[in-house]
Order: sequence, then structure tokens, then C-alpha cells
Amino acid sequence: MAEHREFFYRRLHSLLGVVPIGVFLIQHLVVNHFAVYGEESFNKAAAFMHDLPFRIVLETFIIFLPILFHAILGVYIVFTAKNNVKRYGFFRNWLFYLQRFTGIVTLIFISWHVWETRVQIGLGNADLDYSLMEGILANPIMFWFYIIGVISTVFHFSNGLWGFLVSWGFAQSPRSQKIVTYATLVVFLVVSYIGIRSLITFAYGV
Amino acid sequence: MAEKQTVTFIITRQDSPESAPYEETFHVPYRKNMNVISGLMEIRKNPVNANGEKTTPVQWDMNCLEEVCGACSMVINGTARQSCAALVDELEQPIRLEPMSTFPVVRDLIIDRERMFDALKQVKAWIPIDGTHDLGPGPRMPEKKRQWAYELSKCMTCGVCLEACPNVNDKSDFIGPAAISQARLFNSHPTGEMNKSERLEGLMEDGGIEGCGNAQNCVQVCPKGIPLTTSIAAMNRATSIQSFKNFFGSDNAH
Repeated sequence: MAEHREFFYRRLHSLLGVVPIGVFLIQHLVVNHFAVYGEESFNKAAAFMHDLPFRIVLETFIIFLPILFHAILGVYIVFTAKNNVKRYGFFRNWLFYLQRFTGIVTLIFISWHVWETRVQIGLGNADLDYSLMEGILANPIMFWFYIIGVISTVFHFSNGLWGFLVSWGFAQSPRSQKIVTYATLVVFLVVSYIGIRSLITFAYGV
Repeated sequence: MAEKQTVTFIITRQDSPESAPYEETFHVPYRKNMNVISGLMEIRKNPVNANGEKTTPVQWDMNCLEEVCGACSMVINGTARQSCAALVDELEQPIRLEPMSTFPVVRDLIIDRERMFDALKQVKAWIPIDGTHDLGPGPRMPEKKRQWAYELSKCMTCGVCLEACPNVNDKSDFIGPAAISQARLFNSHPTGEMNKSERLEGLMEDGGIEGCGNAQNCVQVCPKGIPLTTSIAAMNRATSIQSFKNFFGSDNAH
């Protein structure tokens, strides 16, 4: 394995983006969607997640460490590319560029989001409930920051899912790669809707 | 087209590998059906630039003149391609010629593609059949497989796919699409298959296949229409399986 370290890290990077990070992303946005059914309903769901057994262990190994690894290697990958969409404006080259662009936007968004929520809760400065998000998203600047952040994150996940299926060699033929493109587009639209819908509820109560 | 008397070339020149590049403009008498190389030959015949100053002839690389050797690749009006197959009548003027930026410049439009040949060595893109006695005929190849493998064999190491790839640059050591496709070609050959893990190991070395970011420019620009992204995905799958075999152990990891 030692002589194939770069190969191993890159495959791991691709895998971690889907499992567990992608799975966590969907779970997170789905649980947020409880907000749409009312404050009570969200607080109940959030409390359930918060009171899961071994929560710190789950958070560390399913969320923090995978994202940290994915982010550090990801930033390196972004800076080793020399984007050329002006010269070669093909569809996939644009997605390649956007994948790197949204990676950076997502990193900024997630850092801010974790600082504002999980870290503040951990420090005892905030409580995990509906009013925390309501307070943050009532500010229109933060609302739009979150909208952009969620869309960027979901795009990065959906297009990364395509990349995972190609990089691991599941989708080989041009036809299968094309169908996976359409499938991941559907994933992007559906998951974005779920995320944005709850943001709207937090911000405007509708 | 008949009224056109001259063709204008703006060429990015460089006197030596270390010196700074500069642009020089040339007006060349128009002839019917001329290609970029015949334009360069006119400059060589009469090396006088647009200001009427005598200059050194522009250097370029060429060999077959029929788009099968890959030597005359350069960036023509922003797109990397073979200059022998670039017809002046089909190009917007002035015609801008630059050396391919992915490779070290030797002089003017001549670049050094040695990294591509090193890449072929890294993936062992050959079939070892030398021995001390006659090994007899090898296993036969299914016709259907031969047909797609033939397409891969059209690669002429021209470097256009590396030039278009955003991940082949001086900040990364990515091997590039061409050699990955060649590993697939030799792994698909019934005799070459006997050493397939050696080629896959080459692809899994640092700077190997993992540098691919799936921008898929390579398949769009390949002058030979080689399904490079299919080859990359095929080798992605093969290296995934090879890495499992290496780690968990397998009697079929030859």
C-alpha cells in the first residue's frame, strides 16, 4: 500500500465524499425538513439526533474526521488544477471547474455554519432548537449566504457522486456516464429543494 | 477566398529553452489549399517578418504530414491540434501559432514530448515476448475486442490530450490520458494480458491515474477520436479491483 499512497488517498477522498459525508448531508437536510411541519416537530427531531447514544463518537468518525480529510486533500486538488474553461468550454470541463469552485464555497460555508451552531452549542453559548436557526436566518444576508451555501454543497455532492461512480470505475461506457449525469442532476434538484424549503421556513415561518 | 493575397501568421517564438517567448508577425503569399505547415515553409524560404526585417526562420517539428505521427502538434488559434491537418482556408485570420504550453519548449514551436514516452514506460506499454526459445503463437483475440482495441492503437502520442487537460500542468505530476489508454490497449491484448497487473501497478504509482479529475476535455480534442474517457474509466475500474487483490490477496493478480 505504501507505494500507492497517492492512489489510496484519492480513492478514499472520493469514497468519503459519498459515504459517510454525502449520506450525512442528506440525513441532515431531511431532519431539518421537520421544521416545515412546525417548531415542535423540528425540536423533537433535533433532540432525538442530539441524544443519540455515543453521539461524540458518531460525530467524530462520521462527520468531523471524514470532512476534515476531504477538505484538506480537496483544497490541495483545487490548487493543482489549471482551469481552462475559456479555451475548452465543454460541459464536463465546466462541471470540473464548478466542482472545484463549489468545493471552496462549501468549505467556507460549512466552517461558518459549524462555528455558528455546533461550536456555540458545545461552548454552551446556544441551545440546539428552532429559535437558533430562526435567529440566524431572520437576517436576509445570512439567509442568502445559507441559500448559496446549501446549493453549493448539494451541487458539490451531486456532481461528486458522478465523479465517484466514474473514478471507481462503476460507470465506464459513455452512455452510462451520461445517464449518471442525468441521475445526479435529479439528486441535485431534489436535495436542493429539501434544503432550501426548510431554510425558507426558518427565515419566514412559511 | 480568391481575392486573398496574403496570409497573416502571429507566431509565439522562443530562441532557446531558457529564453523569454515573444511574438512575431509574418505575411505569407496565399496559395490555394495551403495548410499551416506550408505557411511555415514559406516563412523558412523567406524569413522576413511583417515589419520587413530579416529574421531567423521559425522552427517547428513535423514528420508524416498526414496526421498519423503526432510530431507537428501546436496551439493554432487557441486550440491544440496538428498543423499538417490545419487548412488555412478553414482558419480565422490572423492565424496565431503557439507551442503547446504543457511541454518544455525547445525552440519556437518545437516542444519536448519526452514526458509522454516516460509515461509509456511507467505503464509498460509493450508486450514482453522475448525469450530464449520460440514460444509459439499466442492466444487468439476475439474479433469484437480487436475492433475497439484497434481504435486505441491509433494513439500517436501527439500530446493534444495532455495540452487540453486541466490536471496536466507544472503543479501536478498526472500521467495524462494517452498513457492510461495505452495501458488499456496492451491489457486487452491476449498476450499482453499476462502482465496486466504490472501495467496497473504503473498506473497506481504516484502521478498515475489518480490525477484524473474527469474534466473529459481529452476525449473532445483527440484528433484520432480515441475514447479516452472510456479508457480512463476502464482503468479506474481495473486499478480499483487490482488494489483489492493486492490488499486482500488473490491468485488471479498476475
